[in-house]
Amino acid sequence: MNILKFITAGSVDDGKSTLIGRLLYDTNSILDDQLEAIKKANRKNNDGTVDLAILTDGLKAEREQGITIDVAYKYFQTEKRKFIIADAPGHIQYTRNMVTGASNSDLIIILVDARKGVIEQTKRHSFLAKLLSLKKVLVCINKMDMVDYDQAVFESIKQDYLKLAERLEIKELDFIPVSALKGDNIVHKSDRLTWYDGASLLDYLENVDLEERKNQPWRFPVQWIVRPQTDDLHDYRGYAGRVLGEGLKLGEEVIVLPSGTRSAIKAIEINQEQLVQAENGQSVIIHLADDIDISRGDIIVSAAQPALTERNFEANICWFDNKVLDTTQVYLLQNHTALTKIKIADILHKYDVNTQEQLFGEEIKLNDIGKVAVKAAQDVVFDLHKDFPENSQAIIIDPRTNLTVGALMIESIA
Amino acid sequence: MDYLDHLEAEAIYILREVAGQFENPALLFSGGKDSITLVHLAKKAFRPGKFPFPLVHIDTGHNFPETIEFRDWLVEQTGERLIVGLVQDSIDEGKAVEQKGKNASRNALQTVTLLDTIEKYGFDACIGGARRDEEKARAKERIFSVRDEFGQWDPKRQRPELWNILNGKIHKGENVRVFPISNWTELDVWNYIKREKIALPSIYFSHEREVVWRNGQWMAAAPCLQIDEEDVVEHKSVRFRTVGDMTCTAAVDSVATELDDIITEIKASTVSERGARMDDKVSEAAMEERKKQGYF
Repeated sequence: MNILKFITAGSVDDGKSTLIGRLLYDTNSILDDQLEAIKKANRKNNDGTVDLAILTDGLKAEREQGITIDVAYKYFQTEKRKFIIADAPGHIQYTRNMVTGASNSDLIIILVDARKGVIEQTKRHSFLAKLLSLKKVLVCINKMDMVDYDQAVFESIKQDYLKLAERLEIKELDFIPVSALKGDNIVHKSDRLTWYDGASLLDYLENVDLEERKNQPWRFPVQWIVRPQTDDLHDYRGYAGRVLGEGLKLGEEVIVLPSGTRSAIKAIEINQEQLVQAENGQSVIIHLADDIDISRGDIIVSAAQPALTERNFEANICWFDNKVLDTTQVYLLQNHTALTKIKIADILHKYDVNTQEQLFGEEIKLNDIGKVAVKAAQDVVFDLHKDFPENSQAIIIDPRTNLTVGALMIESIA
Repeated sequence: MDYLDHLEAEAIYILREVAGQFENPALLFSGGKDSITLVHLAKKAFRPGKFPFPLVHIDTGHNFPETIEFRDWLVEQTGERLIVGLVQDSIDEGKAVEQKGKNASRNALQTVTLLDTIEKYGFDACIGGARRDEEKARAKERIFSVRDEFGQWDPKRQRPELWNILNGKIHKGENVRVFPISNWTELDVWNYIKREKIALPSIYFSHEREVVWRNGQWMAAAPCLQIDEEDVVEHKSVRFRTVGDMTCTAAVDSVATELDDIITEIKASTVSERGARMDDKVSEAAMEERKKQGYF
């Protein structure tokens, strides 16, 4: 059994919370005392059924306003998979929350209202899915009950979306017609949608193959150095971290970046047991053949396929702070375990998140997305977003407030 | 990667980030299964080295004796350092006022002792075993959750957490609560305990005990509980699904003596884990309000 992380994009009006509520409810993931609490809160739909949307409203302020403000993580599991849902608000003023939720997901469910078709919001969510390189986009065309389960409506929206996907270069893509409110094609296949021969939503989520992007050479950001300094382990010096990418194995030639020092993998340990190789995502300790100076923030990489080491680069940025991006200010860039002082020297352009049009000569404010040129005080070790998304990502911290003010995806070398 | 391997690797990564980013962290140890799991994960993260943090127990004085016994055994077995903060000390110093009446509990008073202990030792990060599936306010909790100088959580001012990059930068006086098993469910914890053969206090397994019916649940008939003549005390076969102190943790009817029995029981259960916690039932936002004050 493995884990699938997904985000649902849409707003209250699209039935997003109802969809999540339905998935949880119909997989028996909601227990009696939780249902009791919902009943006590006494929020009903127009037809008198319990409003499943309330299941995803965590904070008092959210319940009071009947909206989701923050990202909430929900969990359920079936015999086949464990699921982690990032439930984020879909409105434009919460773009930062959607970006956060999407960054922690492999798949995005984009909800389209069958009566409205592809709208501005659909385009915005699809753009974010592309920007963050989600592995799969699943378009759920919802409220099929409101259009008499008409195949022509579904097909027409599908064609519209395919055009959008082509423009955004979204390739991994699927469609399901559903009604979250009535439960059609959510857990079970609906007999009201006989013309649809694909899987129900749950069936799809249980079986979708999100093959890890292969051929990405391993990188090993050093988190911590294990040095017991006891008599019997006097010379023990292990580098602890989590493996990114494939192919880290015993004997492999390595380069330590940014210094450029070369060595080889002498041992790989997990829970004090020796491994011959380590796989993507494993937290291990490695030992090198040579006694070299390595500290937290260094990245050990495959000598055959090293990462880039640069001070000037261009990146897509998403801004999270109430204060506008200041091109004269010093910020901190954190990528994996490394912290570097940077200046965002130039705003190349901003994106209209609804149309993806490039806008010039504008400030970058809260929830804005743009492309910027970054100048770092020291070498930054990374890969380009198109080659290896997981090693192109970084957050920006304002050293005056310590807040996380932005997210970066490095697109090119300047 | 198998889901338990994934959850384990993520938790180890988070623990090592704590070690790498903070000067003076601590692991808050309650004696419950979640914090016991954290100790196990810390061994995987840092052995053959020592933990880069002490274990800290906030002791209400109303703990199950089995929990304290287990805590002391675990400390001896791991050779790690233990710091105990006593709620009784906070009461004696006049910083906390004991509740009165039948439903009196020291649960809320723990926050006072916790914040005092953090200040006394100058901890800048406190690792805890809270999980997002436990409770709806916790579903929105960050992995690195910043608390102000007064220990308060402000749900509206949480930092966005992207990918696996954790921002541990804080100002002097602030501290961070860290939740390495945020993404685990109750069932994941039990399956992991089983896989890793992690030892637990005996009260998690079915045993015979004197219990008293209180507010619709069975509570351990302990000296710290006010028991009157009208109270019905019974001898029953029970276990504890969650272990807090004796005044706020209810027992469940159970004959589960093995981990497999417990896992079967949880899978079949129609009540959530925190359904046995009196402290959550005070109001719809009970957890959210307590967290704002500095509780876990």
